[in-house]
Amino acid sequence: MSAAGSVKSTESEVKLPEVKVDGLGLPLWLLLELTYKCPLKCSWCNNPLDFDRYQDELTTEAWVDVLRQGRRLGALQLGFSGGEPVQRRDLEELVGEASRIGYYTNLITSGVGLTKDRLAALRQAGLKQIQLSLQACDAELNKRLVGVDVYQQKLACARAIKEQGFPMVLNVPVSRYNIEQAPALLAFAEELGIEYVEFANLQYYNWALINRAELMPTREQIAEAEAVVAETRARLGQRMTIYFVISDYYDTRPKACMKGWGNIHLTIAPDGAALPCQEARVIKGLEFPNVRDHDLGWIWHNSPVFQKFRGESWMKEPCRSCAERERDYGGCRCQAFLLTGDASDTDPVCDRSPHHHLVEEAVAAAMAERPHSRLVMRQRGLNLA
Amino acid sequence: MTNQPSLQPTDIVELNPVYLFRWEEPQQAHILLYPEGLIKLNASAGEILARVAETVAVGELIDHFTKTYNSEDIAEDILAFLEASHERGWIRKKH
Repeated sequence: MSAAGSVKSTESEVKLPEVKVDGLGLPLWLLLELTYKCPLKCSWCNNPLDFDRYQDELTTEAWVDVLRQGRRLGALQLGFSGGEPVQRRDLEELVGEASRIGYYTNLITSGVGLTKDRLAALRQAGLKQIQLSLQACDAELNKRLVGVDVYQQKLACARAIKEQGFPMVLNVPVSRYNIEQAPALLAFAEELGIEYVEFANLQYYNWALINRAELMPTREQIAEAEAVVAETRARLGQRMTIYFVISDYYDTRPKACMKGWGNIHLTIAPDGAALPCQEARVIKGLEFPNVRDHDLGWIWHNSPVFQKFRGESWMKEPCRSCAERERDYGGCRCQAFLLTGDASDTDPVCDRSPHHHLVEEAVAAAMAERPHSRLVMRQRGLNLA
Repeated sequence: MTNQPSLQPTDIVELNPVYLFRWEEPQQAHILLYPEGLIKLNASAGEILARVAETVAVGELIDHFTKTYNSEDIAEDILAFLEASHERGWIRKKH
């Protein structure tokens, strides 16, 4: 998930307190993946490898029903994502309904197809914020990374978003290819008056996992980028908020993924499948409930999948007796499954995990001299055999 | 990190328009929504920001609460909360 995404609660009286997660067990964060269709071919795409199988997207009426059920359940933050959500012609209508019933509406987009007219219509419909991805301040590199020549389109879109007066997050998916672009990207954001810049080091699932050895930046590259970020933060103060989220592979404790499974986050995939996180489909053997068959309340509170890793009772050692289990919830279930084959294992990022060597080996491989090999771009009918 | 001077009693403060502030029934709390995040406020923080939402001078706001709760002691806490909110960008000075 987006690292910027957060739920905080103030604690003691009046004095500004420590913030903590408190969702009251409600799905505060609802993410709608309207479609897996996308004009780009990013080699780190987090959509399923077999994204092409999911052609049977929910209708406008079905999405509206999901929106209304979500509000009744207490959802507040709403993301329209994909794929490229702009590919859906009913985006404006869905944003309009979501705004009307009280969501804070966020659009997560590549900017491709997001024309000035559509931006104006989205503004009219009440859209609150836009997160635009940009991979490089360099047309050639951008094309190489996303597989399509859309650089000028992205720049024009960024300008148009600011002209419309939207608060904006510039999201930079960071790999060893573009991490040295940090100063140029920050200068671009400053020039446009963009409020938030998020350097999102890649999370290695789906396409990014296939390309992991090719994409991972080195520790030296990360340290250099961090220094640039620190300098810019000091210089710009409140004018720009910069998130710099380093890949958990370089850590020794796992991320508090989704603030816990089935705790605050609910994703609805294009076909109506309800997922505790966007990547959950990588875990084989789970039967995800679908909004075509069940109401959201049952899905959230009662469905076996949402209860499976909720709380602590599913934990094995070393998590079960670990004092830090309330802080990180054992890390990411998808990562545990992808690296160890068992979703109830401790996330191997944790150095207390018996599988931690798998992460160390991946990092060591990233540090070694690597000739650039070919990136596997997102494509239909990928044959991994 | 911030070079902002602290708030003076005559400063008029308002909510930063990037934030959406409102009462949320299922949470039984005031909340602040902003790009990709939300903050659930405790009762006093919500009450103070509800006054800020009406655009008000810092001194006037503090007077209101010290009179309402008949306590001079809370003035310092309220100012500290306003300054912290200012530093975090939830509220801003109106020019």
